[in-house]
Amino acid sequence: MSEADFSMEVHTTGLTVGPAFSIPTKKLAMWLFIIADTMTFAACLVAYGFVRNGASDWPRPFHSIVNVALMTFILLTSSLTMLFALRSAKAGDKAGAFRWIMITAAGGILFALLHVREWLALIHEGMTLFKNPWGTGLFGASFFSITGLHLTHVTCGVIALIVVGVRYKGGRYNTDDIEVLGLYWHFVDLVWMFVVPFVYLLNLAH
Amino acid sequence: MTITQYKSNGIRNDLIVYLCLLALAGLQFVIAYQHIDASQMLVRMLAVAVVEAGLAVMFFMHLLTEKRSFVMSVLILTIFVLVGMQFGWTDSSRMVTGAPFSK
Repeated sequence: MSEADFSMEVHTTGLTVGPAFSIPTKKLAMWLFIIADTMTFAACLVAYGFVRNGASDWPRPFHSIVNVALMTFILLTSSLTMLFALRSAKAGDKAGAFRWIMITAAGGILFALLHVREWLALIHEGMTLFKNPWGTGLFGASFFSITGLHLTHVTCGVIALIVVGVRYKGGRYNTDDIEVLGLYWHFVDLVWMFVVPFVYLLNLAH
Repeated sequence: MTITQYKSNGIRNDLIVYLCLLALAGLQFVIAYQHIDASQMLVRMLAVAVVEAGLAVMFFMHLLTEKRSFVMSVLILTIFVLVGMQFGWTDSSRMVTGAPFSK
């Protein structure tokens, strides 16, 4: 028996034969990414909490919740439309799945536009990464870092939605790919559920 | 509700979970306007966010219908690290109240 044959035999009789947890490989990879990304966002939010708790002049610049409430509604609704896309795909309705994916992408684009508009308004009021007119400069750094990281995820998600949707319609991707993408999109929504109270609602001007 | 019932109810379940999430998100906004201490507000909002996250993970991300061994692996690993990250809070309070030149 050659060394290559021996090596092959060890691999095929090892513990990793078949997908781990009986989950498709792509889906498991996405779950591992989500766990890792959870740690990233959690670290950012904990660091934010640390500096907020430690600063005596933390600003409360948000006067209205209308924009953030609208953004939350749009993101939650886009999660629902993503579920509809997956259900349509599982039912074999390719056109329906494609339509729901594009509606989800439209929700993501709308969310991103509202986010950018809010950023521009804050920048217009004098807030930058290092200073703001209301208090400690750490606020701008942490606000733009956390919401920027989330916005990056939304933007990447929108691009992925369009690419996967088009390729699914063209027959190159299947239902599993939509399910994996759905996991990512729901995760982006989940993160927002923590960003809103920590970054926006706790900093409302009363 | 069993997993089989959940799977068979389909879109109706999705809508129920969606409405629950909307209501919980709305509750966070209500809490934001309560005249309570910031720490109490944080605890209440965090509790609501955890419930929201649980609903999203279990129903929207379908973790509920995965194998139990996988669910346990994901939850234990994630919760362990998230709890581990909380070690620095006392130090952040020290920055305000205990450290020289902290203010």
